[in-house]
Order: sequence, then C-alpha cells, then structure tokens
Amino acid sequence: MLSFVAQRVLKGVIVLLAIVVLNFFLIRLAPGDPAVVMAGEAGASDQVFVKQLREKFGLDKPLPEQLLIYVKGVVSLDLGFSFRQQAPVTKLIGERLPATLLLTLTAFAISLILGVLFGTFAARFAGTFLDTAITVFALIFYAMPIFWVALMGILLFSVTVDWLPSFGYETVGANLTGLSHAVDVAKHLIMPAMTLGLFFMATYTRMTRASMLEVKRLDFVKTARAKGLSDAVIQRRHVLRNALLPVVTLAGVHSGTLIGGAVITETVFAWPGIGRLMYDALLQRDYNLLLGVFVICSAMVLIFNLITDLVYRLVDPRIEFAS
Amino acid sequence: MKQFWSSMLKSPSGVIGLIILLLAVGIALFGPMLFPNSPWRMVQRPFLPPFTLSTVPLGTDALGRDVFAGMIFGARVSLLVGLVSTLVALVVGIPIGAMAGYFGGRVDDALMRFTEFFQTIPSFALAIVLVAILQPSIYSIVASIALVSWPPVARLVRGEVLSLRTREYVQAAIVTGQSNSWIILREILPNALSPVIVLASLMVATAILLESSLSFLGLGDPNLISWGYMVGAGRTVIRQAWWITVFPGVAILISVLGLNLIGEGLNDALNPRLSREGR
Repeated sequence: MLSFVAQRVLKGVIVLLAIVVLNFFLIRLAPGDPAVVMAGEAGASDQVFVKQLREKFGLDKPLPEQLLIYVKGVVSLDLGFSFRQQAPVTKLIGERLPATLLLTLTAFAISLILGVLFGTFAARFAGTFLDTAITVFALIFYAMPIFWVALMGILLFSVTVDWLPSFGYETVGANLTGLSHAVDVAKHLIMPAMTLGLFFMATYTRMTRASMLEVKRLDFVKTARAKGLSDAVIQRRHVLRNALLPVVTLAGVHSGTLIGGAVITETVFAWPGIGRLMYDALLQRDYNLLLGVFVICSAMVLIFNLITDLVYRLVDPRIEFAS
Repeated sequence: MKQFWSSMLKSPSGVIGLIILLLAVGIALFGPMLFPNSPWRMVQRPFLPPFTLSTVPLGTDALGRDVFAGMIFGARVSLLVGLVSTLVALVVGIPIGAMAGYFGGRVDDALMRFTEFFQTIPSFALAIVLVAILQPSIYSIVASIALVSWPPVARLVRGEVLSLRTREYVQAAIVTGQSNSWIILREILPNALSPVIVLASLMVATAILLESSLSFLGLGDPNLISWGYMVGAGRTVIRQAWWITVFPGVAILISVLGLNLIGEGLNDALNPRLSREGR
C-alpha cells in the first residue's frame, strides 16, 4: 500500500512539473512583452526602466535559463506577482482557496450521495415509472449548462420567492460570529453547491443505475440469493459495493470538470474562491494570476485523483482479499 | 447500413435525438435566410417582453435586439463549433490511439503518458487560458476545445486497435506483407469505427457546452452571436428581463439533450463496448 502511494505521488509530481513547464510557455505566448507590460502598469515606459525590469526578472537571459528560474520559483511556491492586484499570486490564491474547497467538496458530496441514491432507486425499480422519471431528469440535468442552471436558480429562489441569497459568501456587514455565522455561510452555500452538484449528480445517477443493473446479472449475486440472504443485504453488500467501482473511477476523472464548473459557479454567484479569481484575472488580462490559478487547479486535480485511487483500493473487495 | 438505420429507429431516444438534431441543423442552415434581420440590429425598444409582438416573438434584450433572431443565428455558431472541434479532436486522437495500440511497447508507453498528461489537466481551465492567450476568435475556440477533448478518443481507439490487432485477418495481412499504414487504415480502423462514432456524438454535445461556457465568460468570438454570449449578456439584467437568459439556455439544453440521445441511440444500434472510464 505504502509503495503504491509513493509511486502515485511521484507520478503526480512529474505530471505537475510538466504542467508548470507548459505554463511557462503559455506565459511566453501571452500577447505583449512582459517587461513593457509591467512598465506600462507602473506608469513609466522609458527604455532604461524597461531594461531594468528585464534584468530584474531575468527576461534578458536565454529561454532555458528563464524556464529554470520559473520552475524554481514555482517549487518554492512563488507563482509570480499580480501587478493588477498589487500582491503575490500565491497570497491571492491562498486567501481564496478555502472558499473553493468548501464549495467543490460540498457539491461533490451532494452529487455523490444523491446520485448513488437515485441511481440505486432507479435500478431497484427498473422499468417502472419511478425509473423512467429519474432517468429523464438525469438526462435533462446532464444537458444543462452550469451557468444557466445557476441563473435559473437565482431567478427561482432569489428573485421569485426570495428564499436564498443570490451572491457572496456571507451577509456583508452583518458581522456574525459562531453558529449564526455558520448558518449564514450555509445559506449562501446552498445554491452554488446545488448548481455545481446537479450535473455530477446526473452523471452518477446514470452510472450507478447502469452499473447496478449490470452487476445484478452476475453469478455471485445468484449465489448470494441461493444462500438465502435477504434482498436488502444482497443489494447493499453485494450489488452496490461492486456497482460503485466505476462510479469512483468516474469521480476521479471528473475532478477536472468539477474545478472548471467551479469557475463558472463562483463567477455567477460572486463566490470568493479561486474560480472567481480566475475570472477576474481573465477580465483584466492578468496573465500571471491566470496561469497561477491554472497551476493550482491542476495540482488540486492531481491530489483528487490520488485520493480516488486510494478510495478505489478500499472499495474494491478483490483487492481486500488479496492483502 | 439498412440494419443500422432500422435498429437506430427502433430506439426511442435515437429517434427523438435525430428529430432534434435535424431541426437544429435546419435552423442553423436556413434560419438566417428566413430571418434576414441581423441579430445585432436594434429592432424594437429595449426590454420588450416576449409574446407581445408577433414580429419579435421572444422579446428584445437590453439594447433592443431581437432575442429570437439571436437564437437562430446562434444555432450556427454552436453547431459549427461543436462539429468542427470534434472533427479536429478526432483527427488528433485517432492517429495517436491507433499508433499506440498498433505498435505497442515504447511507442504505446510514450503516447499514452502524453495522453494521460492532457487528460489530467483540468480541461475547462486549460480552454479558458488558451482562448485568453490566443485572443477570442472562432479559430482559437475550436482549437482549444479540440485540444482538451482528444484524449478520450485516443484511449478508446487504442483499446479497440489492441484487441483487433490480434485478429486473424489482421495477422493474415501482416503475413502477406502489407505495409503498416495500409493495415491500420484499411484493415483495423474501419472495424474500430462504431464506438468512435458514439463517442463523437457525445463529444459534439460536450463541445457545445464548452463553447457556450466560454462565450458566457466573455471569451466568445466578438463578431459572432452565440447562445452562451446571449445568456452572459442577459445575466446582469436578470431581475428585469428573465427572457434574455431563459430562452438561449433552453436552446443549449435542447441541442445538447438531442445529441446525448443520439449517442444513446447509436450505442444501442451499434452496441460497441464504449469505454465507461474514458470520459
């Protein structure tokens, strides 16, 4: 188990390094000479100042050397400086990361729990009205763009009935503490998390349903039934556990999509996470910040993939038997 | 072929999907002829509610532009971007997957690491970064979507080729001294096509969603109206004018739904072993 983890971590680090290198070349692709851009931002564009900036940031050095400087910087958690926001990129991301984690993890939990639940119901009552209803809803949710779901949510729950706040992380100026603060944040969290979770819920519903119907037909389920186990035990211990394997794999594959969805969701709901930060960077053409967020997003996906790999090993009964 | 159509038409989802797609394609091709009004032109007062004037059935946006005309013209952009970027992704993914599966060994290792690398990068974030850096245009959007969507194709084709390579007719072709490219193109790929077609139909749907999300964030081609752009533009006035955001969103929903249904219908008809993990 330990060597497996070490192997996976090593692989992740290599991929991350490759992404950092890709990032370096993307920065170079960005329009404008960075030194001239920086000088412009500082309000002075005379040749001497530009030359100084080039020297200060190593832009006068050959490309491989610049790459080395950049990689060294990223390794020591220096992702550059955002001139628009007048702060180091790492600091800006660090401030916003908790909100994004809260949002994505809540959305992920909602989608997984509800998706597996609905999928199990649909498979259990396959062919009935309930199954058809769940399948049709899953198909529709699967086809809705996240930004539109977000806006329809605002239209329904904030504009029409005024149950939920339509933007932000907490009520501005309320200065709540303790439990009432947590309730306030939770109220703000419901709509973004549901919006982001709906698409994935649909995916997991479809996957769980298909997978359970497939596993049900296998021989070991017949054996369990022949042993005289109750239907509930068979469903839970034999069918569901095996049917969850592809769902776990899917969750890993989808982590990148989850982050992408967070960019949209945070933008619509003004949720103060790194997705919103990415959108701001985009609007202001703040390439250092944009690419910094991109690297962090990639790192988050790698970590999430590693976790799903570990969970897969825990869920898969065959691996348990082997050890 | 006949058999394919009869089984396709037996699956209800396939039929519904085909009807939706035909409608959407019809609107994209002929709609702009029936609606010569440019979607950018001001035709009525701003914020005209829908269903009040028969000439402007879905109302106008914040600048008095016809929402219905925008939706008709937007169909072109969505379908075009969806189809072309999927085609480009196939052109990239199929050769990579075929070479990896056919040659195996180190070639396979190298190509699959490369594919996995692209599959690990969060695709929407990469698409945002690419379009932002290359500047928004229809070309940069198609290129970015293609670049983030080819890995599943490569993996699927590789799996198919791996299993087909050991078949007797392929072995026979090798023995008779056919060239590698001949064997891949004429013997293997035609038989690996059906799962690729299913995947491609689902990819067009994903590409339409991606394009609309990019346009929504303001990364659409500034010269072309698209459904995502319309929703994005209507977002700030959603409290006064719900119709500007609702209708284009419904258009996206229906087209993506149609393509997904076609994918299911094709899957039933061709019954391939579509990789579940691939996507």
